[in-house]
Amino acid sequence: MLIRKAPDVRPSEITPKGHYLSRRELMAGGFAAAALAMVPGDSGWAAALEAHKSSFSTDEPPTRRADATSYNNFYEFGSGKDDPAANAGTLTTAPWSVEVSGLVAKPRTYALEDILKPVTLEDRIYRLRCVEGWSMVIPWIGFPLAALISRVEPLGSAKYVAFETLVRPDEMPGQRGLFQPLDWPYREGLRLDEANHPLTILAVGMYGETLPNQNGAPLRLVVPWKYGFKSIKSIVRIAFVEQQPPTSWEEMAPHEYGFYSNVNPEVDHPRWSQATERRIGEGSGLFAKRRPTRMFNGYGDEVAGLYAGLDLRANY
Amino acid sequence: MGGRPAADGLQSPPPNLPRKRGVRLSWIGPGSWALYALGLSPGVWTFYLGLTDQLGADPLKALERTLGLWALRFLVIGLAVTPLRKIGGPNLIRYRRTIGLLAFFYALAHVVVYVVLDQGLDVAAILADIVKRPYITVGMVAFLILVPLAVTSNATMIRRLGAAAWQRLHRWVYLAAAAGALHFIMLLKTVTFEAAFYAAMVAVLLAFRLWNRARLSQPRR
Repeated sequence: MLIRKAPDVRPSEITPKGHYLSRRELMAGGFAAAALAMVPGDSGWAAALEAHKSSFSTDEPPTRRADATSYNNFYEFGSGKDDPAANAGTLTTAPWSVEVSGLVAKPRTYALEDILKPVTLEDRIYRLRCVEGWSMVIPWIGFPLAALISRVEPLGSAKYVAFETLVRPDEMPGQRGLFQPLDWPYREGLRLDEANHPLTILAVGMYGETLPNQNGAPLRLVVPWKYGFKSIKSIVRIAFVEQQPPTSWEEMAPHEYGFYSNVNPEVDHPRWSQATERRIGEGSGLFAKRRPTRMFNGYGDEVAGLYAGLDLRANY
Repeated sequence: MGGRPAADGLQSPPPNLPRKRGVRLSWIGPGSWALYALGLSPGVWTFYLGLTDQLGADPLKALERTLGLWALRFLVIGLAVTPLRKIGGPNLIRYRRTIGLLAFFYALAHVVVYVVLDQGLDVAAILADIVKRPYITVGMVAFLILVPLAVTSNATMIRRLGAAAWQRLHRWVYLAAAAGALHFIMLLKTVTFEAAFYAAMVAVLLAFRLWNRARLSQPRR
């Protein structure tokens, strides 16, 4: 895999070890506090997180936090854009564990705190392009998924990584009653090389704080060059597999949503064009102009090499 | 009072047709004006919220959806007028023209917002949408049907067309309502309760007409 954009780390950006260790304590303390404070219905609570700057961040202005936390697709809490913010408050996110299984040398179930212990959190300000034709700029806080992958030691036969979201109907109203839009659990997947790409992160926070429930607390995937639905929320299971895993939207409507789902202005969704997007909060509300959508959501320099020789029209 | 319609057809022409030219129309009464004011207020209010940044993260989409939804709601209400009367409910037929025109005004505003604000008057993109996107094709069909119905909704046109021809023309509203409900279902990524509800309402109200026609065509004892 060719990574054209190597991160330029200046000496001034390297955190002294003392700060680094104290940040870990802060982190561990933060999550312990989270465990105590996360009682059902307590949705307004968020812990501050500290993180390193990253050269992968865009300098575009971030979307208003209020917009990014109130306009969400998280069908477990309802299919309306405001349903997640209204309904996700009751989700219990602590304790939280993630089962890592499949073709790995070290399969095990990790407590969230164990996953976070060895990692260094980074700010990653990424563009987010939804398949529906709108976009945001989100300051995520997370760490490269590659860090977790190397820790569990995938076997040579592992070619794909499959992810699953929590199923908990008593806390997720979208998972009960009539009109359940999708088959649960919500499933997503990446090729192993996509999962190992330095742009691919597991996020635990945004806007300097722990993730709000409606944004996928406590742990979610962020793959900035793919449509937003690939960035699965509230992950409880990660499996390393040999075959391309089934993914939720692809199962639901295979002619509309593919496994790859790379942002691509030239390949339309069958029901709408993907050539342009509306940047949420840009301009003055009603009169905001659409902007052209960029190939791979503007991350082509970093990721185009992953798809050399692949027909992106056939593998949408 | 509305009085009984002239013909007992499926889509009866409005009552109280002036018999002579030049007679002042009595059926645009204060009730209708009040209904216009009431009916247009959700659209005006939503537009105001949009202008003042109170419509959430994507105000344009919220406005577009609200206008489309009210168009569909007034189509359903308009389709309910005759069945309501036939099953012994109140006779709202004198308000039906107002209800139909409210549906048209909302559909028009919905299309204007899509063309001007959403697509920024990008004619090529709009034409491509109409041709390539079935849900937009279906929505546009619904709107285009409503145009001649709105244009022929005044008494002069009813007189000029004659009651029978007017009635035939206005039965197209059945197709417009069905297309509107279908448009709503087709634009969503998954079928929601709300979209299914409107589709079911339109289906029931259209099925009533089929049932009523079958009932009337049976020989009387």
